[in-house]
Amino acid sequence: MLFAHGYGCDQQMWRHVTPAFDDFQVVCFDHVGAGRSDLAAYDPARYASLEGYATDVLEICDALDLRDVVYVGHSVAAMIGVLAANREPDRFAALVLVGPSPRYLDDDGYVGGFGAADIEELLGALDANYLGWSQAMAPVIVGNADRPELGAELTASFCRTDPEIAKRFARATFLADNRADLDHVTVPTLVLQCTEDVIAPPDVGRYVADHIAGSELVILDATGHCPNLSAPEATAAAIARFVRR
Amino acid sequence: MTDHLDATTGHDAFFDDAPCGFVAVQLDGTIERVNRTFVEMCGFAAADLVGSRRLASLLSVGGQMYVETHLKPMLLLTGQVRGVALELVDACGARVPVLVNATLVRDADGQPVGGRVAMFDATERRAYEEELLAARARAEETEAAARTLVRSLQQTLIPPVVPIVEGLQVAAAYRPAGDGDEVGGDFYDVFQVGADDWIVVVGDVTGKGVEAAAVTALARYTVRAAAVTNAAPDAILATLNDVLRKDDATSRWCTCAIARLTGDGDGWHAQVSHGGHPLALVVAADGDVTELGTPGVVLGALEQPTFRCARRSLEPGDALVLYTDGVTEARSGGQFYGEQRLGATLRAQRGSANGLAYRLLDDVVGFQAGTTSDDIVIVAVHRPS
Repeated sequence: MLFAHGYGCDQQMWRHVTPAFDDFQVVCFDHVGAGRSDLAAYDPARYASLEGYATDVLEICDALDLRDVVYVGHSVAAMIGVLAANREPDRFAALVLVGPSPRYLDDDGYVGGFGAADIEELLGALDANYLGWSQAMAPVIVGNADRPELGAELTASFCRTDPEIAKRFARATFLADNRADLDHVTVPTLVLQCTEDVIAPPDVGRYVADHIAGSELVILDATGHCPNLSAPEATAAAIARFVRR
Repeated sequence: MTDHLDATTGHDAFFDDAPCGFVAVQLDGTIERVNRTFVEMCGFAAADLVGSRRLASLLSVGGQMYVETHLKPMLLLTGQVRGVALELVDACGARVPVLVNATLVRDADGQPVGGRVAMFDATERRAYEEELLAARARAEETEAAARTLVRSLQQTLIPPVVPIVEGLQVAAAYRPAGDGDEVGGDFYDVFQVGADDWIVVVGDVTGKGVEAAAVTALARYTVRAAAVTNAAPDAILATLNDVLRKDDATSRWCTCAIARLTGDGDGWHAQVSHGGHPLALVVAADGDVTELGTPGVVLGALEQPTFRCARRSLEPGDALVLYTDGVTEARSGGQFYGEQRLGATLRAQRGSANGLAYRLLDDVVGFQAGTTSDDIVIVAVHRPS
């Protein structure tokens, strides 16, 4: 099982979910530019669109020789998984999309939930909150790769990265339109949707399930955009029901 | 001091009139309790908030996105959040910049059940921070503009392309110091003064930056102008010395090597004169590397110095190499690149002007592990055999 985190934080988002899948080979990773990834590997051109992140997923599968992958992607990583599975469907046994959205911006006849001005506002919030971020923090953030526990260093670094990278990832995430990609998914897919979610509202989750042939939609008894943290047991149980049958 | 419970809210004044807004929320963000400071900050009646509104719904949409993607995960995973900058949208729709601290509340089993949030009005602080951000953005723009200016300026100090000289191969290699964001003081030029009659100039103005660049431009055009009336290298240097002496705007010195190459149909002859510059080198066809000429006085230093001219014929396979001290004074640790290594590299590269100029530049740059501490200019003139 390959767990991919969404926009904002890092693989720690899965720490309360992955213990339920001890009998699987569990692989977690930080997207380049997030968590403890090597910031030097960040290439603005490669990561300007979600395709670059999807390429990374396939490269991880290739490097670790993963087969029959159950890909669990949260938030933007859900669409990253869709792109990866469309490119190499034989590699994947199942897709689990937690709080997915194929397009965040409203469009003709489609309600994504956001306008372009909202995205600009988010970029402003990122700027306002990274005033305290400095190069001095970088060693803390990228160091300690062999210490998975959430120590003081990680508390300080969690959800923080280079502000320029955070803004670029925000644009790649919130300006993407992957609606057309949903029609091409052939891998068995579970859509996990919270009852209330500002980032990916229930109608958007339903849209995703409606456009992926044969997919299953499960509404979690949880609110907010991060059921993997706010309701990890319910999240793990729903994933388990899908992958263990 | 003792505080008394307020008859209407049931809170004590210590809580109600604290110098920051207090909000208690359930796990899903529904407001459970607010203090009076918060009510005044957001303009909504407490009764319209408690039990019905989510705290995040009082924020700007961008702020809500930030809360969902950053603040909530941090709170749930680490138990607390400090100093997050957000914007409250008050009852009139106005934005109130706030700084937010929050802690996670757990039940007896350690399960998260809610949060406590403190909000500080940060209007003035945010205005200041926005000025800082705007200043940073302006600084980045200015820096980019300055880099562009430097690049364009550098291009005016060297010829766009080395001219083709019939009967000779000419190659010029140029590399400014560091990462190229400063205008250097090295320059070169190759130009024609008559039929089979060419001038090659390599010079080095003291210092760097805009003032050095002005002298560099002055020197380059003075040499061109002086060569029109008298193309003898020593005469050109004398004129350049005069001009530098009389230019009150600058007090800079300059070193320069000038070679005049004349062809008489059968062969080529070189005349070389130096003003305090590293001596021109002749790389013979057999690999012998020798200096040509005498050092001379630095230009701009003395009233009427004497410049001498050295002559030599350029045999087939011979090359003349002019360079700046960025080559020999290149440093690696405590070691200089030096004349010995220079001689060895030229010997190895003899037979092609391109090899002499470009391979030597590569070797000097490699010697300094890729970062050059000084400008480097190398001009090589090779007579094919």
